[in-house]
Amino acid sequence: MATETQGPQGFEAALTRKPEAVAEFTQRRSPVQQARHLLHQTPSLVPLIVLVVSISIFGALLGQKFFSAFTLTLILQQVAIVGIVGAAQTLVVLTAGIDLSVGAIMVLSSVVMGQFTFRYGIPAPLSVLCGLGVGAAIGFVNGTLVARMKLPPFIVTLGMWQIVLAANFLYSRNETIRSQDIAAEAQILQFFGSTFRIGADEAGRGGAVFTYGAVLLIVLVLLIAYVLRQTAWGRHVYAVGDDPEAAELAGVQTKTVLVTVYTLSGLICALAGWVMIGRLGSVSPTAGQFANIESITAVVIGGISLFGGRGSVLGMLFGALIVGVFSLGLKLMGTDPQWTYLLIGILIIAAVAVDQWIRKAAA
Amino acid sequence: MEPILKARGLVKRYGRVTALNNCDFDLYPGEILAVIGDNGAGKSSLIKALSGAIRVDEGTIELDGKPMNFASPLNAREAGIETVYQNLALSPALSIADNMFLGREIRKPGIMGRWFRALDRAAMEHKAREKLTELGLMTIQNIGQAVETLSGGQRQGVAVARAAAFGSKVVIMDEPTAALGVKESRRVLELILDVKRRGLPIVLISHNMPHVFEVADRVHVHRLGQRLCVIDPRRHSMSDAVALMTGAMAPEQLNEFA
Repeated sequence: MATETQGPQGFEAALTRKPEAVAEFTQRRSPVQQARHLLHQTPSLVPLIVLVVSISIFGALLGQKFFSAFTLTLILQQVAIVGIVGAAQTLVVLTAGIDLSVGAIMVLSSVVMGQFTFRYGIPAPLSVLCGLGVGAAIGFVNGTLVARMKLPPFIVTLGMWQIVLAANFLYSRNETIRSQDIAAEAQILQFFGSTFRIGADEAGRGGAVFTYGAVLLIVLVLLIAYVLRQTAWGRHVYAVGDDPEAAELAGVQTKTVLVTVYTLSGLICALAGWVMIGRLGSVSPTAGQFANIESITAVVIGGISLFGGRGSVLGMLFGALIVGVFSLGLKLMGTDPQWTYLLIGILIIAAVAVDQWIRKAAA
Repeated sequence: MEPILKARGLVKRYGRVTALNNCDFDLYPGEILAVIGDNGAGKSSLIKALSGAIRVDEGTIELDGKPMNFASPLNAREAGIETVYQNLALSPALSIADNMFLGREIRKPGIMGRWFRALDRAAMEHKAREKLTELGLMTIQNIGQAVETLSGGQRQGVAVARAAAFGSKVVIMDEPTAALGVKESRRVLELILDVKRRGLPIVLISHNMPHVFEVADRVHVHRLGQRLCVIDPRRHSMSDAVALMTGAMAPEQLNEFA
């Protein structure tokens, strides 16, 4: 009975030709499709092109004034803080989250580093460690709320932003620690503000000027790029951002990944707080108010998808540099600074439009 | 012969709904056992219990005669039970090799692996290629390409290859042909038979009766949270199976016809 059901069914008779054709991969692509495929595989390419083009345009318009080692490294100095916070933001955005508390964590950490040194007389290096610890701890709370309590990252970090900022003003009693005092008693706090020059003339003018903060930015971005590409944890960050359920079923410990991502984000923001003391010289509880918006801008212009799982930290660096190039370039041209914001706004929308277009290559 | 995977008296309740009602299950070495049942019969709960995705309220699961207590799919995997989920559990943006080794990556030997935790890409790609070739899927040219660039059948192939590569005891496949076209289904059925030829027993959950009757050695009919009966697809027809599944026929009536 019913033996006729064994083997392929009648309607499949047409399949007698080798069925492996299912797994063929030679597809003819138009040049546009090829470009899209390339961009899909190397998401940091778009911001790199935009960066090179904008440097060329400003270089052509302004000549030596812009296209010099001094000016270009000045841009790097100016984006150091946004870039470092952007690196933290990158990690969170790759998991399809968002961290609105980055700026607040940065400020509170810098205040802790300053106040622990000056109010309690704790040795400065120890205070720095305390500041880094505070940043990581806040990040850990964010991560726990997102991963274990299943609260939306936007809400968690929106709340944390207010909490941390208020704690920052209450704890610091709104007082600023003066630059001279820090320079006299706790120089290590200003470490990332100190500079060295390469290729300066004999009077010590011109040439490339680097702050240690700028160096930290480069080192940190390269380190994170390595971790995201070459370690299991990095691959898991992408997998969680891509499809958390699939990642969980495939054996990724999604909760652990999320908690470590937010903790690391907090730690990196605290590092940015240390760099900020170097940049400002002083410790001010009112500094860095726009760091969260600026870091999200760098991430978006850098081609990292807010839907998670796509993009690279190098793209974020290029995104931050694009903003820096526009700001300084337009300032040197003497235009109204509002033009900078207007152009950045256009870039943000264009970047998301490009992201959507590239995503279609997947389909 | 002793069953390789055996469950006795499984009970799973969700509030007032009883999804598994004192359910038994047996899978013998080297066979393809199909599990069929109407929607809501409790097939998914049974499979989830076997693959560690849910914990049962009562009952025992034995693998190779040893009692098992799975707290998560990871436990089941470590015990040698691999599951191909209906949604495949692949990360679209990651490469084929990355997906196959997700959660059990190989690290480089020496300092790079231990201190810098660097992945051994070459080893993973080599192994992935080897597995795909074994299953005749090596028309997939570039092991580094993202899974989202693959067709539905190819993705299914990657998921099956992953299970076959790591499953040492049992492979569970949940609706492997549900989302596929005729041609791609045929390829996946061949894959399933390939895996069986390599000696791995397979639990196949499917709604597609022709597919079930083509590849299964035995058919477990699930009804109202229980194993209603196990039939031999060579001795019974598809309409018998459907009648059993829906309750139009009682298992006792089967023997009269058989």
